[in-house]
Amino acid sequence: MRPEQGTMQSRAQAMAALLELLTDQPVIICNGFPSREAQKLADRPTHFYMIGSMGNAAAIGLGVALSKPSKKVIVFDGDGNVLMGMGTLATVGALRPKNFIHVVFDNEVYGSTGNQPTISNVVQLEKVAKAAGYVTVERVLDREDLVYEFKDMLKNDGPSMLLVKVNEFVEDAGRIALEPPAITARFMKAIE
Amino acid sequence: MVDSDVFVQALENLGVNFFTGVPDSLLGGIIEELLTRKLYTSAVREDEAVAMAAGAFMAGKIPAVLMQNSGLGTSLNTLLSLNMIYRQPCILLISWRGFEGKDAPEHLVMGETMPQLLDTMKIPHRTLSEQTLADDLRWVGQTFMKQRIPVALLIKKGIIKGLHP
Repeated sequence: MRPEQGTMQSRAQAMAALLELLTDQPVIICNGFPSREAQKLADRPTHFYMIGSMGNAAAIGLGVALSKPSKKVIVFDGDGNVLMGMGTLATVGALRPKNFIHVVFDNEVYGSTGNQPTISNVVQLEKVAKAAGYVTVERVLDREDLVYEFKDMLKNDGPSMLLVKVNEFVEDAGRIALEPPAITARFMKAIE
Repeated sequence: MVDSDVFVQALENLGVNFFTGVPDSLLGGIIEELLTRKLYTSAVREDEAVAMAAGAFMAGKIPAVLMQNSGLGTSLNTLLSLNMIYRQPCILLISWRGFEGKDAPEHLVMGETMPQLLDTMKIPHRTLSEQTLADDLRWVGQTFMKQRIPVALLIKKGIIKGLHP
């Protein structure tokens, strides 16, 4: 049973709303459908699309954030990914990079492998992040709250986690067009 | 034996400016030196460390990751499906636990298979020695720049001064 269903947006709708607020900030996008949807919505050189290494999106983002303290670094993550790399919440919480915004699109399923349930319906990931030391955490459902909180996080010091509950709908989006070395090269140049 | 501060200085001279990892007793002296120099970012898992190194590399740093060879197992998928295929190099400083079967039981299988495992993963590697230190580091730097993939230096017991000599 997913009682919140029906009030929620799709991940692509939520992602589109966030991408509208971003310009040249580095964005690390986790593997699976999230990267494919982001590429379809707005393909920017500042996007780092993951195709493998599930669970590592936040760690990649953290490496960028620590090395580029003057840039706000955004991670687009999923509930399955966060659960797999949950230790990174602790690392972020301990290091407290002010320029780190962790967006978690939480659909409570492993969507890229056939919607098997995760455990984020019972484990509230933003509470784990808060306990680990994230400065600001928010859980949102609708677009209005999502946009409001994200604008706030862009303005203020983090680390922040914005957990947005989304439904299971998946946008019809093709595979990542660029070869992985080209994604690296393009991203490096764009965030120089 | 090589002093930890000499080794860390040699890495800095090579241009390495982002250090992360998960400790091992054989690496204790190096990590202490890195902490003194405020150069070390502590990770909680080796795959996280390797992914952080990838991010740091893309943001202009030259990263090194310290780990026990057990951590090579933990970070295998990240090394293969991130660093290798995306051409994100880093220097892996891996302590060789279980070398020649002389260690606690949990280290023996990895200690024996690590070189083959690295060969299979197509990760270039060398075993550090005091006599060849300068040449080993030169090789690491050249391989890093040329191949743009992770390159491993294997560190056996008694090569670099630890916390308890």
